[in-house]
Amino acid sequence: MVSNLNKQLKDFKERFIEGILMVSGTVTTVAVLLIIIFLFKEGVSLFGKSPLENNISILVNEKNPLTAITAAQIKDISDQKITNWKQIGGADDSIILVTINELSTYYTDDQLGDNLQFVPDKVNELVGKTPGILGLFSTKNLGDKYTHKYLSIKDITIGSFLFGKQWFPTATPAAQMGILPLILGTLWVSFGAILFALPIGIAAAIYLAEIAGKRMRNTIKPIIELLSGIPSVVFGFFGLVVIVPIIQKLFHLDVGETGLAGSIVLAIMALPTIITVSEDAMRTTPRLMKEASLALGATQWQTIVRVIIPYSFSGISAAAILGIGRAIGETMAVIFVTGSANVIPHTLLQPMHTIPAVIAAELGEVSQGGRHYKALFALGCVLFIMTFIVNLIVQYIFSKRKHNQV
Amino acid sequence: MELPKDIARKKRRNQSIAFWILRLISFSIVGILFSILGFIIVKGIGAISWKFLTSWPEDGMTKGGIFPCIIGTIYLIIGSMIFAFPIGVLSALYINEYSKKGWFKDFIRLMTDNLAGVPSIVFGLFGMSLFVNQLHFGASILAGSLTLGLLVLPIVIRTTEEALKSVPDMFRHGSMALGASKWQTTSKVILPIAYPNVITGLILSIGRVSGETAPILFTVAAYSLPKLPSSLKDQVMALPYHLYVVATSGTHVEESRGMAYGTALVLIVLVLIINLLANWLRKIFSKKVKMN
Repeated sequence: MVSNLNKQLKDFKERFIEGILMVSGTVTTVAVLLIIIFLFKEGVSLFGKSPLENNISILVNEKNPLTAITAAQIKDISDQKITNWKQIGGADDSIILVTINELSTYYTDDQLGDNLQFVPDKVNELVGKTPGILGLFSTKNLGDKYTHKYLSIKDITIGSFLFGKQWFPTATPAAQMGILPLILGTLWVSFGAILFALPIGIAAAIYLAEIAGKRMRNTIKPIIELLSGIPSVVFGFFGLVVIVPIIQKLFHLDVGETGLAGSIVLAIMALPTIITVSEDAMRTTPRLMKEASLALGATQWQTIVRVIIPYSFSGISAAAILGIGRAIGETMAVIFVTGSANVIPHTLLQPMHTIPAVIAAELGEVSQGGRHYKALFALGCVLFIMTFIVNLIVQYIFSKRKHNQV
Repeated sequence: MELPKDIARKKRRNQSIAFWILRLISFSIVGILFSILGFIIVKGIGAISWKFLTSWPEDGMTKGGIFPCIIGTIYLIIGSMIFAFPIGVLSALYINEYSKKGWFKDFIRLMTDNLAGVPSIVFGLFGMSLFVNQLHFGASILAGSLTLGLLVLPIVIRTTEEALKSVPDMFRHGSMALGASKWQTTSKVILPIAYPNVITGLILSIGRVSGETAPILFTVAAYSLPKLPSSLKDQVMALPYHLYVVATSGTHVEESRGMAYGTALVLIVLVLIINLLANWLRKIFSKKVKMN
């Protein structure tokens, strides 16, 4: 009886422990799901929101055929890049932008009243008699006097977010939430980094895998691995005080904070990953293949170029993709050295913004739940998707390699 | 027409040129590492003193020391490890010892790899959204430790898994054959053999946690605090964040360069010691296994 009870107790204990282990085993899965849920919950709620500041109305004359306008168009109009209604699909008439600040050029202080009490009347009058007007007034300056036409503003959509060409999230009256410059900045810097790191990394991998003696390898390998242990913030700082001034002098630039500086820092950081992964790939080349090549009279160098590199090609490409993924997501090293520019970059010698750096730099200053806050989470979603795809590709390559080897 | 002898000589010459280029590139990578280390050491060593390590920052971060940052980083290391280490080890035990081959195991592995690939700034966003705002922890040691803990969880799991894999199956079979249960085998036989490598994983994760900046930006780090944290709900100053703000956004960026170099040196020395310790342990362990 007693031993039976003991056995049951023991069974229960075993099963209990297995349950605990299983729950722990699923923690990473739960974490990934939670990250997706919380990121997208905040990020997706950006879409469908108006980019316009609260309480601002867009006023036009009744004769204006337009019904809606975009945030980018408002910015271009106030920057005087757009000066005629024809450019945005309206009648051929020049645009007269009027806000509360310009009102004094049309009316004297007396006409507007000591406490601006006549402003609503005057706005209404001005809009009524000016066919080309575009008025931007807060509701407090309109009162209930306004009788003319309103323009509605197009909401932020996934399309305008991904392909908008300007990122000025705090611009007034209409926030510019286009992340194309940030996406392109991220890609420029990351691909630049791989361009530097890949040839150097592969060269070092060949040396370590095929040429270096055992003692040399055992000295160099740990040193290169140490490189991956240095915190990214230290790399960023090093880039700021060393690489940025060098680039500024070398290319005679006004500022050294450029995409190139970011690429170089990221290249140094990506080296350990690229070297380790491609060296591992080269080491899996079957001995038979190498020896067959040597027996045919090929030199060791010919064997490396014609046998080992083609054989480990998929592993090397996985290393490259992995390096790009790391570079895309890197924050602190980049934030120090790339400077910031909110427009689409054309060369690596320009200041650039990358997605992670923008999130890190701006999230501290926004109010929770606001439009800008949500936009930064939407940026996080874009970054997450980019790196997730990269990871899946790498995992696919690795699983295929394993499969082929068996 | 070229003679075979000439061709052979040409081939050899090409090879030796190529090898020298590869050798040169590999050495220059080592050179890069040493120049980074050397630069930080030369510039930072002047700032290091006992006072620098044990006193508070003064005069808008231009004078004084980094004592609160060191303490803050230690708190974050302890906090994140309390969370990540046990769960990571248990998780690895499940994956390697308990779960059966199949889609579930593959799926868990895939998710662990994916978690490892999530950029650190995304962890920061997530930590802010879930821990700081949703669960109302506020910017606090609690929120920061949990965020950092999630970040290093895949590293703990991976290194523990490696450690468990290196234990030969004969130990498992021997123990089971003696009538021990699964858990008895795992806890009394496998873990004791594997634990030095598990500890190596722990140390590597500590190295990672102490250098991470992006995840703590919005979950715990503070630019300046009047006193040391007294509860889990308090913010802390931390070494990597301190380096970031002192080097970029302080009001006296030029005057506080000395402090920035000093902080970078302390951070680098901390991380290097941790990594070397891990390497050393790994070596000792591999010797021990060979002796068996």
